[in-house]
Amino acid sequence: MAKTRSWRWSLPALLLAGQAHATGSQFNMTPGVTDISQRVYDLHMTIFWICCAIGLVVFTAMFVSIILHRKSRGVEPATFHESTKVEIIWTAIPVLILIVMAIPATKVLIAMEDTSDSDVTVLITGSQWRWHYEYLDYNIDYFSILATPRGQIEGRLPKGDNYLLEVDRPLVIPTGKKIRFLMTSDDVIHSWWVPAFAIKKDTNPGFINEAWTMVNEPGIYRGQCAELCGMDHGFMPIVVIAKEPEDFAIWVEQEEARIAAIREEEQRLLALRMDIDEQMALGERVYLAHCAACHQPSGEGLPPMFPALKANRVTTEDRAEHIKVMVDGRPGTSMASFARQLSLRELTSVITYTRNAWGNDTGDVVQAVEVYEYMQGKGE
Amino acid sequence: MNAKHSTLIGKLSLLVVAMFAFGYALVPLYDVFCDITGINGKTASEPVSAEAAIIDTSREITIEFIARPNQQMPWIFKPEVRRMRVHPGEIHIMNYLAENPTGRAIVGQAVPSVSPGQAALFFHKIECFCFTQQYLAGGNDMLMPLQFYVDPALPAQFSTITLSYTLYDVTSQWQDSGQDTATEFGE
Amino acid sequence: MSTVTTADQHDAHHDHKPTGIKRWLFTTNHKDIGSLYLMFALAMFFLGGAMAMVIRLELFQPGLQFVDPQFFNQMTTMHGLIMVFGAVMPAFTGLANWMIPMMIGAPDMALPRMNNWSFWILPFAFLILIISMFLPGGGPDFGWTFYAPLSTTYSNDSTALFVFSVHIMGISSIMGAINVIVTIVNMRAPGMTWMKLPLFVWTWLITAFLLIMVMPVLAGVVTMVLTDKYFATSFFDAAGGGDPVLFQHIFWFFGHPEVYIMILPAFGIVSAIVPTFARKKLFGYASMVYATASIAILSFLVWAHHMFTTGMPVFATLFFMYTTMLIAVPTGVKVFNWVATMWRGAMTFEVPMMFALAFIVLFTIGGLSGVMLAITPADFQYHDTYFVVAHFHYVLVSGAVFSIVAAVYYWLPKWTGHMYDEKLGQLHFWCSLISVNLLFFPMHFVGLAGMPRRIPDYALQFADFNAFVSVGGFLFGLSQLIFLWVVIKCARGGEKAPAKPWEGAEGLEWEVPSPAPYHTFDTPPEIK
Repeated sequence: MAKTRSWRWSLPALLLAGQAHATGSQFNMTPGVTDISQRVYDLHMTIFWICCAIGLVVFTAMFVSIILHRKSRGVEPATFHESTKVEIIWTAIPVLILIVMAIPATKVLIAMEDTSDSDVTVLITGSQWRWHYEYLDYNIDYFSILATPRGQIEGRLPKGDNYLLEVDRPLVIPTGKKIRFLMTSDDVIHSWWVPAFAIKKDTNPGFINEAWTMVNEPGIYRGQCAELCGMDHGFMPIVVIAKEPEDFAIWVEQEEARIAAIREEEQRLLALRMDIDEQMALGERVYLAHCAACHQPSGEGLPPMFPALKANRVTTEDRAEHIKVMVDGRPGTSMASFARQLSLRELTSVITYTRNAWGNDTGDVVQAVEVYEYMQGKGE
Repeated sequence: MNAKHSTLIGKLSLLVVAMFAFGYALVPLYDVFCDITGINGKTASEPVSAEAAIIDTSREITIEFIARPNQQMPWIFKPEVRRMRVHPGEIHIMNYLAENPTGRAIVGQAVPSVSPGQAALFFHKIECFCFTQQYLAGGNDMLMPLQFYVDPALPAQFSTITLSYTLYDVTSQWQDSGQDTATEFGE
Repeated sequence: MSTVTTADQHDAHHDHKPTGIKRWLFTTNHKDIGSLYLMFALAMFFLGGAMAMVIRLELFQPGLQFVDPQFFNQMTTMHGLIMVFGAVMPAFTGLANWMIPMMIGAPDMALPRMNNWSFWILPFAFLILIISMFLPGGGPDFGWTFYAPLSTTYSNDSTALFVFSVHIMGISSIMGAINVIVTIVNMRAPGMTWMKLPLFVWTWLITAFLLIMVMPVLAGVVTMVLTDKYFATSFFDAAGGGDPVLFQHIFWFFGHPEVYIMILPAFGIVSAIVPTFARKKLFGYASMVYATASIAILSFLVWAHHMFTTGMPVFATLFFMYTTMLIAVPTGVKVFNWVATMWRGAMTFEVPMMFALAFIVLFTIGGLSGVMLAITPADFQYHDTYFVVAHFHYVLVSGAVFSIVAAVYYWLPKWTGHMYDEKLGQLHFWCSLISVNLLFFPMHFVGLAGMPRRIPDYALQFADFNAFVSVGGFLFGLSQLIFLWVVIKCARGGEKAPAKPWEGAEGLEWEVPSPAPYHTFDTPPEIK
């Protein structure tokens, strides 16, 4: 609920700014859950207090002057207007203060950049507007997208506690191990940010970046994309679950099994015929999660960037082209290939759904085998 | 307009033109700067000759291979192994498998990136599929080789080098430039 | 250094002036052109402000209520572009046009016809930009920083209009800057030596050089965006061998000096106002000049502090962190000098002084958060959050904009011949001061607590402060209507202003009557 916290809490809190220390503070940076994030927090507080002290000195001098040296008190203005000695002093002192700040900053920075000797490596790929996680040490990879229902965003449903900070499949990492993140992007620049780890790194298309973390405490940590990446930049959160190494091992086993099962099911699916109701139900879910951001829940799109699918030539007539666009994407536009993002079952259902929703009513029931054949190059 | 104005306007206009040119000059300058410092992790786009480097058996470097087709590139693209341990100075060959599952010919261009960026300066390619665009007919597959060695001068702080290839579909650029894919590649 | 009456200037010096629209269209008079720039800037300030109100309205509560995310992105983009290129920069150019010739004892700007052109192409630039919003698909929505490839492969076709519009703005700025430099270098009255120049003239001279150095780079980078999008070049496209991070290097090579273009003239204004109302000479004139010059030079060495998260190697990051921290030194010198000017003066607190004092305090707060942002490890947490938004609005709104408002109050009697309404002016000041802090101070907190910038909707823990900030925003917007009222009222009449309405004021502009005659200093004044 949007306004559960009251105004009475905000106002006095404003005055206490800078004193907050708990994780998830409303007023201050989080100290986070890693040694590095704690050091970043300490550095932040150190420079914050130094800046406060400088401000205090300058503003005190200024306000004393404003109070004492005003014409209404009948003072005569002095005539001094330079002093080499004073000017040298107030050039030198800031230099010394800056050196005091720079030393710890340099140390923390060098520690942050040392990605050597990691235990687990995860390749993070950003794309509009989802994250893809691939564990290089295991056979695990999946997409992670916003799980907040559109109804909550549009105000038709009450907002949940983790509004906009929840995903369908979080990243899972073990505690007490050095995790190395490799980051890249499939389209525009995104930025992977989890405040609790003090990691914010841009994902640049075609290039690879590195960061690392070692989480001390099991828990759920949330973050967001931090670089403007187009329309739904505000809707691509990050959720990381840190588990004890034993629990993590169990998760890896389950996850590998789950992914293997999906692959197996795909093979089975090729022989199977799904009926239209089943496809429409699954297709709608997939559509709302993956497509509706651009093409809109109504199928009307946001032309010309995001064409309407309702009464569109491709979705109502050219079935082969429809499958091709879904599988390959449209190079040079925002339309991505969904061949790797969706399972065969989801892909098939969402095609059937768009061919029958919003009065498209083609009556077409696309089958998995048809999509699979195109993917295997036998479609043409 | 008097002469004094004209001279000054002339100089200032020259500065404007020079700065516009400088904006463009930043593009090659950046490349040169990157080649010297490895600032963006790009590896050299030209092969190096295989020198008889001294093999440093006293340490091993882990090379990590990452291969990703861009999301609009339908090829399957994988390294033969994920990781390899090498001695600096040793020459190795690593094969990448490329498969074009579609029914049409596609031209691909692999773009390399090395992390940590500075290690790119010490990662030498004798031969690489990324130096040229790769043509693959529909339904076909091929092995694409990379021959490389790690410079023994690699600073001690680097124990792992990650080499990533992103594979882009550049077929349309071939068609755009008026060259027919099939004739160009002698099919 | 005497000025020779050339044929060109002769045109501008006919005694009669045309009336009506023709006067404004064809004017080559520096005062008319100054007024045009200032009126245009005010109009753009309200337009950009209206867009800020849309942003704050949407952010008043979590959830999407009023606009869709794409339109929201257009609002943030256009708000930034209009405020930077349409409000702040033209306002400073307007002040330069009005005041520089009068301050140095010149009859007009050196290149009056080019002056006319450099103003009149500006409205067309913004017309094109605004029209682009009404095209199918909407206007630019990639942020005023237009990072590639969001602005190339992934943008809509309004990008072409955006690029064209930026080109025109750039040409306008460059012509204006050349004019300012030629005027200051060649047209100073005899005896107006370099170290006698008012600081406003000095800061503008340095600003003009910055403009000439970086606006062509901006023109270059938008051209690269255009050719990447439409003409198959790959400056920023990895697939073609380019690098998206290169865009940021070129953009911020322009972008950081641009930031100082928007603040150096403000330093000049405050350095004129504080001594006037403290009735005491500016402390450390020479060090002010040197500090301004060092800030300008340093501005070319710090650009990548906007890019700490792009994955630069440690040595580059450290270099940019140290150079950025170094900027605090000359900036600090300036603040200390202003305080020393006030020290043991005999101060009065008319509206220009109030805004100048608010400038010093609030700009210093913005400067201190700037020092925090320079510290790279901490910047990883601050970068692209509302902490950054708070920082640059403190230096640009309560910095640059407050200084422009102070300048308007300070010189309005000279321009109109009437005193402004002091009571209304004070009301405007106090409303602005309170609301600007309600608006921007809590942004520090939401930023530190983890709210990214440029998002149309946010998590629930940010709700309280955002509501607060929005209220502050609406109040600040409304407060500026008082300003509009004061200016119009003063232009239409009021108490007659003497030639020198401020007791402690110094400078040639106060030696001509109020309102300043259409032509001033046809014969150069004598400099004591």
